[in-house]
Amino acid sequence: MTTIDKTATVPSARSGDDHVGPLLEVRDLHVEFHTRDGVVKAVNGVNYSVDAGETLAVLGESGSGKSVTAQAIMGILDMPPGRIPQGEILFRGQDMLKMSAEERRNIRGRKIAMIFQDALSSLNPVLTVGYQLGEMFRVHQGLSKKDAKAKAIGLMDQVKIPAAAARISDYPHQFSGGMRQRIMIAMALALEPDLIIADEPTTALDVTVQAQVMDLLAELQREYNMGLILITHDLGVVADVADKIAVMYAGRIVETSPVHEIYKAPAHPYTKGLLASIPRLDQKGQELFAIKGLPPNLLHVPSGCAFNPRCTMAQDICRSDIPPLLPVTGTDGTELVGRHSACHFWKETLHG
Amino acid sequence: MGRYVVRRLLQMIPVFLGTTLLIFLMVYALPGDPVRGLFGDKGADPATLEAMRHKLGLDQPILVQYWEYMKGIVVHFDFGTQIASGRPVTDVLGDAFPVTLRLAGMAFVLEIVLGIGLGVWAGLRAGRLTDNAVLIFTLLIISIPVFVLGFIVKSVFAFQLDWISPNVSNDATWSELIAPAVVLGSLSLAYVARLTRTTMAENLRADYMRTAVAKGLPKRRIVGVHLMRNSLIPVITFLGTDLGALMGGAIVTEGLFNVKGVGGTIFESIVRREGTTLVGLVTVLVIVYLFMSLIVDLLYAVLDPRIRYA
Amino acid sequence: MPDATKTAPAPEDAEAPLVGPSVDVKAEKARSLWGDAWLELRRNWYFIISAALIVLLLVIAIVPSLFTSASPTVGDLAHHFLGKPELSKVGSPEWLGYDGQGRSVYARVIYGTRASVIVGISVTLLVTVFGGLIGMVAGYFGGWVDALLSGFTNIFLGLPFLLGAMVVLQAFTERTVLVVIFALAFLGWTQIARVTRGAVITVKQADFVQAARALGAGTNRILFRHILPNVLAPVIVVATISLGVYISAEATLSYLGLGLASPTVSWGMDISGGASQIRVAQHILIYPSIMLSITVLAFIMLGEAVRNALDPKTR
Repeated sequence: MTTIDKTATVPSARSGDDHVGPLLEVRDLHVEFHTRDGVVKAVNGVNYSVDAGETLAVLGESGSGKSVTAQAIMGILDMPPGRIPQGEILFRGQDMLKMSAEERRNIRGRKIAMIFQDALSSLNPVLTVGYQLGEMFRVHQGLSKKDAKAKAIGLMDQVKIPAAAARISDYPHQFSGGMRQRIMIAMALALEPDLIIADEPTTALDVTVQAQVMDLLAELQREYNMGLILITHDLGVVADVADKIAVMYAGRIVETSPVHEIYKAPAHPYTKGLLASIPRLDQKGQELFAIKGLPPNLLHVPSGCAFNPRCTMAQDICRSDIPPLLPVTGTDGTELVGRHSACHFWKETLHG
Repeated sequence: MGRYVVRRLLQMIPVFLGTTLLIFLMVYALPGDPVRGLFGDKGADPATLEAMRHKLGLDQPILVQYWEYMKGIVVHFDFGTQIASGRPVTDVLGDAFPVTLRLAGMAFVLEIVLGIGLGVWAGLRAGRLTDNAVLIFTLLIISIPVFVLGFIVKSVFAFQLDWISPNVSNDATWSELIAPAVVLGSLSLAYVARLTRTTMAENLRADYMRTAVAKGLPKRRIVGVHLMRNSLIPVITFLGTDLGALMGGAIVTEGLFNVKGVGGTIFESIVRREGTTLVGLVTVLVIVYLFMSLIVDLLYAVLDPRIRYA
Repeated sequence: MPDATKTAPAPEDAEAPLVGPSVDVKAEKARSLWGDAWLELRRNWYFIISAALIVLLLVIAIVPSLFTSASPTVGDLAHHFLGKPELSKVGSPEWLGYDGQGRSVYARVIYGTRASVIVGISVTLLVTVFGGLIGMVAGYFGGWVDALLSGFTNIFLGLPFLLGAMVVLQAFTERTVLVVIFALAFLGWTQIARVTRGAVITVKQADFVQAARALGAGTNRILFRHILPNVLAPVIVVATISLGVYISAEATLSYLGLGLASPTVSWGMDISGGASQIRVAQHILIYPSIMLSITVLAFIMLGEAVRNALDPKTR
């Protein structure tokens, strides 16, 4: 398996860091859940990396393992039933899976922060937002209640919540969905982490608000030169903000690519299907394409390529051999930088 | 908030009237005669009985009796007269109430400290050995009827070990009340432990708990601040209505340990068909119950900001 | 929760329009709440223990003569007055000793089962039907109907349960099993009514009920086809647990001398009788107490197991 290569223009890592290499690197990560019905293999050998200032979009349906991978990075998997039998998660070159609980806690929130999908349920309903924001400073920096509150107001200003000082003592349910998501973002930003993982940050929001929140996130990321892992199933969101894309299916990465190239020419039938199922104005009146079937049951992943029962191009080899994630080349045989596909028929998909 | 309290107080009036009327009807509409009971098996001549009934107002229609009774409570704070002793019910209450209040108070403290403690202990180890041990312990406590538990405590600590005296003296000192308080509070203690454990196990899976972990908070803070605040809300609701229940439920415990409190008085007045005393005592218990539920409602709104005073 | 859980087959998925013929759906058994609960129950050790105990108790209640040849009501004062237990003679009349009237304690323990079980089951059935009906009507119709019925419920709720039962019982000179059942059910229905009302209000707002209403389903259909099945789970849990509580309450009332009376054999009465001889013959008190506690425990454990199975959140 290969990792996603760096794209050409990557801003240098922030000062005070002598580590060379990607900010975060996931190597051959496996995650499984031991349930009553058997072992659910949620993640099966995922590799990816993110640099400072870079945005990686991880794309996939629910059950593709994209969120589980993120939770493994954060160290918030429920273990048990979850288990990580294999793999490494390197943060600045150090394997977090080998760290003590206390070392990991010190990274969480301070170095790596996470934004969750549903801000209403992810914020504590009985504590004021000021308390929940200020808590970051009180716990990690030992600030007094008063100083923490002042900092919390500053944060709310920064994520453009109107009348921050007046609303600091409000409770999460008193804010609108978009404002709540801004509070989540503010909480993740509080300690200026090196990396932010955003798990479907805009899925629960209205379309108009989605764009505002995404813009804010992108703007803050640029300002602080943070790495960003954006987990989503929405191809539309990705195009504007991501630098590179990893497409996941049934716990594996099936395609990686710099962002713009994947739209032009996908190298995996699954990606192709996803792109074809986006409604487009110039195809008004035509029937919308939909990928047949359902995502696989992770208790019984189909043999060979997990996508084969739903794939229009499937042959016998797809049902017997798991295709490895390999670099793809252009029609002239030159390597396409950063592009990989896990399909036996990538050539036909890409060039056919 | 002030308006909310007033509205709740107004809402309590029909419930208060309904419950007191219910007990009034149950006591007086059902067969049995307190006046005849006064004279025991010998019986008395019908004219004397009739005169006595008339004096006590027992020959009036029930609703008239109820009206007179309620008027007495509201206007004169007069809860009626105990037929057997001729003493005002308020006096009888004044004798019995303090000791029961102390007994119920001790049971209540026990219930809070041990019940919540056990529940938290089990909830944090959901599905593991501790959890199962606490589950078995609480189920056992819930299953052993109070009077059986009382006998167990009495035979072990009074007869076998001789640590306590089997009966509480008339002074009813604090130390004498420990054993009865344990017996009285045990059932509620077990319920509190189960409830705490259940809400904690539920809230452990809440999204905001995951957020708290992702924020890099230390475990003590995650549990102490984020988990406890949410988990204790239903427990406090239960506790609030339980103090009144403890006082009313002291009938068996007080009998077992010979405590001269409200429970004993209630039991006596039921057996002797002392309607006035019984209605008076129950009226007081209903008032305690209604006020505790008002306090719980207010507390609930304070603890959970999502609830509005509406 | 991790993503993986979302792949668990939900029944709605089966109706998704995108199902292709090539997808192996059959391998995923779509399980209902009840099917899932049954699977969970079978794996639960305390369900197995309590179910076995309850079956045994039912057999004892129905055919007590299967377990002892001795009579519970005929005593031999001359030979057996306060006879000590002979614990090695399992199942014999003298096994658990004799009481103050020379009656076999073992026989009385066995024969006392019937009254307890009958009272427990009958009261539970009565309060579930009556309380459930009140709660469903109040929750479904809302408005003044709810205000009236809830007020009615609150009035009964204000009276302490045991105290109310005692007052009712005191009015009857002949306290048969039927009278005790009535006294316990008289105040017992309020809890079920509240639980049902709450559950109905929650379900009523659920999308599928709104959808059924939008499609023109009538009141009866919505109540019985859509709401009832979804309200059943919490009601069953509360009912099972309260079964044990009613058995305990019957024993308490009998112990206080306000419950069952001779010739009915009741554990509570026997315990009360044994209390006067607690220093000389503890066995008269001990064995009915153990039997009573085990019976209550069996039903409460069953209730806990059912709750666990029907409410996945508590696992």
